[in-house]
Amino acid sequence: MSVETRHRIRGGVGESVTRPDGVPKVCGAFQYLDDLRADGMLWAATRRATVARGRIVALDVGTASAMPGVHDVITFADVPGRPYQGQIVPDQPVLCDGEIRHWGEAIAVVAADDPETARLAAEAITVDVEELEPVVDVERALELGDVFRHFPVRRGDPEARGDVVVEGFYEMGTQDQAPLGTEAGLAVPDGHGGVDLWGPSQWTHVDHEQLVACLGLRPEELRVHISGLGGAFGAREDLTLQTHIALLALRTGRPVKQHYDRADSFAAHVKRHAARMWYRHEADRDGRLVKVEARMILDGGAYQMTSQAVIANAATFAVGPYRCPNTFVDAYVVRTNHPPAGAMRGFGTNQACFAAESQMDRLAAELGIDPLELRLRNALEPGDALATTGQVVTEPLPTSEVIRSVAALPLPDDEPGDDPLRLPGGTGLTTPPDRVVRGVGYAVGIKNLAFSEGFDDYAEARVTLTADGAEVHTAAIEVGQGMVTVLIQIARSALGIENVEVVFDDTSKIGSAGSSSASRQTQMAGGAVLRAAEAARSAALALAGGDDLDDLGVWRDGELVMTLAELAERGPISEWVRFRHPETEEPDENGQGRLHVDFSVAAHRAVVDVDPELGLVRVVQIDIAQDVGRVINPVQLRGQIEGGIAQGMGWAIMEELVFRDDGTVANPTFTDYLLPTILDMPPVEAVLVEQPGTWGPFGAKGMAELPTVSVTPAVVAAIRDATGKALRRVPVRPEDIVFGDG
Amino acid sequence: MEYVRPKALGEALDALAAFDDPTPLAGGTDLMVEVNLNHRRPDVVVSLRSLDELRRWDDTWIGAGVTFARLEGADDPALAQLARTVGSPQIRAAATLGGNLGTASPAADSLPFLAAADAHVVLKSTAGERRLRWDEFFVGPKQTVRRPDELIVGVELPSRPERQAFAKVGVRQAMVISMVSCCVLRDPSGPTRVALGSVGPTVLRATDAEEVASQAARLTDTDLDEFQRRVSAEVRPITDHRSTAEYRRHAAGVVARRALERCLR
Ligand SMILES: Cc1cc2nc3c(=O)[nH]c(=O)nc-3n(C[C@H](O)[C@H](O)[C@H](O)COP(=O)(O)OP(=O)(O)OC[C@H]3O[C@@H](n4cnc5c(N)ncnc54)[C@H](O)[C@@H]3O)c2cc1C
Repeated sequence: MSVETRHRIRGGVGESVTRPDGVPKVCGAFQYLDDLRADGMLWAATRRATVARGRIVALDVGTASAMPGVHDVITFADVPGRPYQGQIVPDQPVLCDGEIRHWGEAIAVVAADDPETARLAAEAITVDVEELEPVVDVERALELGDVFRHFPVRRGDPEARGDVVVEGFYEMGTQDQAPLGTEAGLAVPDGHGGVDLWGPSQWTHVDHEQLVACLGLRPEELRVHISGLGGAFGAREDLTLQTHIALLALRTGRPVKQHYDRADSFAAHVKRHAARMWYRHEADRDGRLVKVEARMILDGGAYQMTSQAVIANAATFAVGPYRCPNTFVDAYVVRTNHPPAGAMRGFGTNQACFAAESQMDRLAAELGIDPLELRLRNALEPGDALATTGQVVTEPLPTSEVIRSVAALPLPDDEPGDDPLRLPGGTGLTTPPDRVVRGVGYAVGIKNLAFSEGFDDYAEARVTLTADGAEVHTAAIEVGQGMVTVLIQIARSALGIENVEVVFDDTSKIGSAGSSSASRQTQMAGGAVLRAAEAARSAALALAGGDDLDDLGVWRDGELVMTLAELAERGPISEWVRFRHPETEEPDENGQGRLHVDFSVAAHRAVVDVDPELGLVRVVQIDIAQDVGRVINPVQLRGQIEGGIAQGMGWAIMEELVFRDDGTVANPTFTDYLLPTILDMPPVEAVLVEQPGTWGPFGAKGMAELPTVSVTPAVVAAIRDATGKALRRVPVRPEDIVFGDG
Repeated sequence: MEYVRPKALGEALDALAAFDDPTPLAGGTDLMVEVNLNHRRPDVVVSLRSLDELRRWDDTWIGAGVTFARLEGADDPALAQLARTVGSPQIRAAATLGGNLGTASPAADSLPFLAAADAHVVLKSTAGERRLRWDEFFVGPKQTVRRPDELIVGVELPSRPERQAFAKVGVRQAMVISMVSCCVLRDPSGPTRVALGSVGPTVLRATDAEEVASQAARLTDTDLDEFQRRVSAEVRPITDHRSTAEYRRHAAGVVARRALERCLR
């Protein structure tokens, strides 16, 4: 680093600093979105579609509007600005535009004195629907030409042939982010025709851009604030209730609050794309990949949301972290009448990883080569070209090392014994120890870091020295991942000052930090904070003619020459930075180019115990070796690893939003959308591989998505190892194990 | 909404008789979920919390107000085992046997034990008492013969063998609605009863299978195979978002056989 502090700072980079919001969260004192209140506020409630597709032939809000305590009811016709929203293509009506395109679509929103009155009024709205045949099958959507984006990859020789060929068809169900905090928000009119909004967000500046367009406001008339989120995982990248409550607040002149229940939440936010994938791998006798062909279709649901970017990831990581000279991919994301799909942890790489890693195992079996050896023979390393885009890897990428590291960890050798909690079926007492078969599976994942495809990706930050420390100003969003701690640690190490506070600015006070997604904020917001802090330190040293800075002030030759208070008075020192990562390119017509700025890799090993006769699985242990560049906060990093593993394992064996044939959702509750509980979560051993990158702060790389990506195929590989079943679909259900093909 | 909190059983029965469509509230772990999901809007709620009479429990009687947390300590092994599978510790602390019977879900976990034990459900109202065998009480999914003015006061348990086993199939290690549940009660000399949940409109007994298992004190592998086959043949499962009929039929046979094997050890 360009700045070296002389004294050792406490709580800087590399330490497991306790997060400032940790204790308040545990004690219930932290203010989450749903805790927000304003004097005289109204409550909103949403009326939703109960069918997947239909035409509204009559919509009557008269009865609802006339109910005592009801102040306003809005429908599509009331949207004052552009009535469609969407981050990439604004094709989602702010409220249903006459044609219902998915189950749960918002049709009208009521504002009333209390939540109960609002709910009853929403129910009292008359919606007459003429049902239409929904499109629920992705192949059918493709036939109809209803494609949001087709991403082709054509690289190398289509006639190339390997000595061995494996071909497979894979399917993945829809996963929900299931953040514990459901969507909530508060909109407060400013009395001058504008509004202040607190809502669920991963990127307030793009929310702002969309909201002013839909509300017909001038940019300065809306301020989007940052507030306490109970999880995101991609679910808050697109708008849900924000437009509705802001509009109601503007119309009624009163603050308006809404807090979704779980059913609303399942209906309103985007999902992880369900996928169908066909793959053909060809290799030579030594197992070196000769050609990979893939056809992938992702279910985009009714509106585009971030599908365009998701499909680019699915396509460009179709082969995984392996070299392959000839690659041909057709990746499609199509429109159906399912709820819209969008961002979720891994963002398109998960689907590709499941299919590609399943293929690698089958190839290994076909060749009689150990599956890890096969992966090592093909491992993508710096200097190699990505099999799909052809771009050369220029940053560190320890693919072989993560594979070797995870394989070197000791396997759990303990037998399950007869403690039911350690047997498949758990407390259900279904499975005696002698019916259990153990299996081990591996998978390797690769993910891009930050935004790709030529997007102008930047983050702004301001570091201001105060009379007793420093403030970091940012619009980067703390979704629960611990970014606030990481920014404090980076600022401390760069400034030499320990008393650092992060101030989350609204959209009027600072420019965009980009989204808290794409594993990007440690590098992007962190990169901006690092540079702003370095600049502030230099400015302070220059102003006082010193050679070191700490919480007391500026020092020269071991003597304090100016206190922070004096500096603040003389300065003030406040440095603003807009940080960009190295540029990327848009793909050419063959999907070629430097699309991604950087990559990270991880390898998982899953150990499972299976009761093959009942098809029940208990995950015994999951280990991971991950390329993290440089560890900023070990405890938080391990927290991301364990959480990510829980989420990816959940998809492997239980999490699925089930659609009925008519396109409606069968299980929008936590009674039936099953998430792993603490009893399902195995111990995790993690090896952190530190090969510092060139552009992240202190060499750090983004890391929070990958733990989710390759764990799903690793768990399925382990179940295959135990049962000999092909298991081409995720989540693996008991009946798939019992009745599935070998 | 009216809320009544009677202090004694008699008062509760008076309250149930006085109102049109009163809703008893025990632990609320079913009722409040229904209310929160807007599936139910009770006009009159009669809280059972203060009724000590409903909390009586001995070898032949379980009061409707006994919670699953208490039942985890039961002497009957199957009862303790099933109680442990109900929800989470928080749910078990509140959820009562009476509520489980009141909801009468085909997946309710206490029912296979009650059916295998040939329990009687005792209902009381100002008009008197009714004593109904389990299969007279449950008539369909979430349907019982209880009248709105009646309270479930408890279940009578006839004498039953000590060899018991309960098993429940679900994809989580705990806190999961059963895809199949099963209870086997076995007398060492042979007589065997097997009841299954989640595989029919109500809990059911697999009587053909009971016949094979009951014929001898020692059962051969062939007997066990036949027992398993008959259980699978007798259940009447459906396909829904939790599982398929085919799997439930298969799993019912497997868990019933394993439960029987546990009783034989
Ligand atoms: C998270 C969660 C997990 C669960 N897991 C399980 C599980 O694993 N297995 C399982 O079986 N159930 C489960 N349940 C369902 C529920 O906990 C049980 O059915 C429980 O036994 C209900 O008892 P309660 O005392 O809470 O009943 P309440 O909710 O108070 O009442 C349920 C119904 O019975 C009626 N009622 C209650 N008591 C009487 C009475 N004495 N006389 C007449 N009518 C009465 C009520 O009016 C209502 O209709 C779960 C519920 C939740 C929320």
